[in-house]
Amino acid sequence: MTLDSKIPKGPIADKWTNYKNHIDLVNPANKRNIDVIVVGTGLAGGSAAATLAELGYNVKAFCFQDSPRRAHSIAAQGGINAAKNYQGDGDSTYRLFYDTVKGGDYRSREANVYRLAEVSANIIDQCVAQGVPFAREYGGLLDNRSFGGVLVSRTFYAAGQTGQQLLLGAYSAMNRQIGRGKIKMYNRHEMLDVVKVDGKARGIITRNLITGEIERHSAHAVVLGTGGYGNVFFLSTNAMGSNVTAAWKAHKRGAYFANPCYTQIHPTCIPVSGDHQSKLTLMSESLRNDGRIWVPKKMEDVMAIREGKLKPRELAEEDRDYYLERRYPAFGNLVPRDVASRAAKERCDAGFGVNATGEAVFLDFASAIQRYGKETAHVRGLDENDAALVKKLGQEVIKNKYGNLFQMYDKIVDQDPYNTPMMIYPAVHYTMGGIWVDYNLMTTVPGLYAIGEANFSDHGANRLGASALMQGLADGYFVLPYTIGDYLSDDIRTGPISTETKEFEEAEAEVKKNIDHLINNNGSHSVDYFHKKLGKIMWNKCGMARNAEDLKSAITEISELRAEFWKDVRVPGTANEFNEELAKAGRVADFLELGELFAKDALQREESAGGHFREEYQTPEGEAMRRKEFQYVSAWEYKGEPKDAILHKEELQYENIEVKERSYK
Amino acid sequence: MNLTLKIWRQANANDKGKMVDYKISDVSPDMSFLEMLDVLNNELIEKGDEPVAFDHDCREGICGSCSLYINGEAHGPDRGVTTCQLHMRMFKDGDTIFIEPFRAKAFPVIKDLVVDRTAFDRIQHAGGFISVNTSGNTIDANAIPINKHDADDAFSAATCIGCGACVASCKNSSAMLFVGAKVSQFALLPQGQVEATDRVLNMVKQMDEEGFGNCTNTGACEVECPKGISLENIARMNREYLAASLKG
Repeated sequence: MTLDSKIPKGPIADKWTNYKNHIDLVNPANKRNIDVIVVGTGLAGGSAAATLAELGYNVKAFCFQDSPRRAHSIAAQGGINAAKNYQGDGDSTYRLFYDTVKGGDYRSREANVYRLAEVSANIIDQCVAQGVPFAREYGGLLDNRSFGGVLVSRTFYAAGQTGQQLLLGAYSAMNRQIGRGKIKMYNRHEMLDVVKVDGKARGIITRNLITGEIERHSAHAVVLGTGGYGNVFFLSTNAMGSNVTAAWKAHKRGAYFANPCYTQIHPTCIPVSGDHQSKLTLMSESLRNDGRIWVPKKMEDVMAIREGKLKPRELAEEDRDYYLERRYPAFGNLVPRDVASRAAKERCDAGFGVNATGEAVFLDFASAIQRYGKETAHVRGLDENDAALVKKLGQEVIKNKYGNLFQMYDKIVDQDPYNTPMMIYPAVHYTMGGIWVDYNLMTTVPGLYAIGEANFSDHGANRLGASALMQGLADGYFVLPYTIGDYLSDDIRTGPISTETKEFEEAEAEVKKNIDHLINNNGSHSVDYFHKKLGKIMWNKCGMARNAEDLKSAITEISELRAEFWKDVRVPGTANEFNEELAKAGRVADFLELGELFAKDALQREESAGGHFREEYQTPEGEAMRRKEFQYVSAWEYKGEPKDAILHKEELQYENIEVKERSYK
Repeated sequence: MNLTLKIWRQANANDKGKMVDYKISDVSPDMSFLEMLDVLNNELIEKGDEPVAFDHDCREGICGSCSLYINGEAHGPDRGVTTCQLHMRMFKDGDTIFIEPFRAKAFPVIKDLVVDRTAFDRIQHAGGFISVNTSGNTIDANAIPINKHDADDAFSAATCIGCGACVASCKNSSAMLFVGAKVSQFALLPQGQVEATDRVLNMVKQMDEEGFGNCTNTGACEVECPKGISLENIARMNREYLAASLKG
């Protein structure tokens, strides 16, 4: 099958409008006869479910959590981008489009990104209308902050919990439709397969996580808003339950998986403290608006700090290396995430890491506290030279902006970041790769859609901060509801889809077989034992820097680990009850397949781009070296074992942006 | 640290349930409480026993999945945190720790420490929204200026994570802090005014139907709330409810 991205013709600024003007629509009476399944209730799935129900479709929504409000979008911190140009600082749809494509290291699809930028402003209007309490200025208008990789201030936020507020907005829109009976909500349900009838996605198989019951659900189309697969690394900023299972099952049913190796390793996370660690905690990129990143210049100071003989704040300014400001004067601490992460790794690899493990750098708020403190003292007519007063006032400003993040840090690390710099280190955070979709957000399986982080389309090889929330809501509120109508217009005469067919029977039988195997395996190790092993392979060999030799050995090791897992995993309890270990086992089984494809993809991509850094392909200054011959999307077709996956290429055309060296200097 | 854990075990909703003792050793003070339970569970699994079921997901205090009544307090002895943010440094070597589910008539136990909190969702279905369609044709966001103090108060109310600690801590199992937070968020915003009357009446009605108790102003909910949701929200809801009742 050749990949057809179905990009509409015409100038980029008109594509989406023209497209909407010419698609087929479904009339309101017919929408009542059409069912749509939405899996996942984060920003993408939640907003899609609500909007489709508002339009009149019968929606069945599924989440594995006990409530749709708990999807992991809730944990997004810093903000959401929109080309509103409220600050009058030169922002525009084009500039947001440009920043996103450049930020993605010229590995995303122009038409999709332009559409994203185009609808971004609508998202803010929509959310405010829903009662999302964004941060405001004293004049009552919306406030903005800056994020990495851009030169304007276009990020809307709600303290350090923007994702929570946006998700609760989408959840409230869902609740309205659940109350009307237009969405039937299935909490604590896990999707375990996609069912295809006559080549089209017509339903899913789920497991009720309370009773263990395997259920069949049918619909005219299936939408996956099931998030990313960062947990393949075991340790990541994802929630414990975040998984690739829905996406992977779709892949096995014919959906191509695109660019699995594009992973975002976020520069500012709380460092790993020990083997017991179950997850990593992000400290929002917004902190880089006010925090300065540094390590000591001299090795003896590094040692003294590690041993606790020297307090970081006591080290003289001239003995500190603000390495991002030094290397990237134009963007300073606000370089994109991939660049900041690699720079932290470079300093730590050189031995300048500031904690016991040698894997941490400082993120310091002292100068921001001074600056804000003086400004506040001035505004209030107080003594600007009173050091204690200035510090107190400055700390109050910082607390207003980032209070919840500082509290989180304090609770985890047991240090007060108002009085000593935070220690941070990169951690797996987001996956740009995902299910391949065309302009309609449809996968290579007709009637099967992927939205939000679950698809691959908008962020290329690196996502800019505050763009995940934008994409999730754009897909769910403003893109999918149009594109899916065009597809469903052919289904107005189809009538209800029966679940009593051999396709559903077979899919259900296969799901049950898998579960029986896991339950009856009686091996000797817990699921976590294998998941941690997989995570170590991924982090050491497919992490921030990759090379051919490591990737080849990762492929072998992962496939061996997978065999061992199926032979030796121990899942306690039974299949017909609440059994979290069983749910975890199924997820890890899929991670063990995805992980191998991930390494294979990273090996095949002989260039460095965004979050994918191949040591063999770097400039003399250690920057990523992109290669023209890899200007394509890698879309993998499932053929049994991951090693047999077949590569399909979607060439990327840049007609509206000049592809050049990505520089933040 | 070496600890004794007394944990509520209940096979399913119909089981009677009982406290069971477990010993755990070499607990690091840097572990989170849930990581300590992970270690216990892995030991149980490798021994061939059933692990302890508990709800958890984000493990950074925002999703509201984790619950647990620890030594008689929702989310344990620390203040302003959820159980997943509680660290073992709050405990001492040799301690005995009691771990129970959030208990309330409206929160039936599913298994061990996992409870069913869908009553909260149903209250939200009754009115926790502003009826605006996602047409993309709403007015410009800055066409609605909002006083910063009101916006900040609405935000504070909206930070509720729906964990249910307020209900578990309340001697009446009242959900008024939870409901008050959502009613307040919208009551403080101009966008929420249009449906204010119906919203508060419908949400309170559903709250009562779910079997939550009434508020007797003890304030335990505010103390135990991991997000510091203020009692003022209950007062505001009461004012809204009174005004709505008078309007009929």
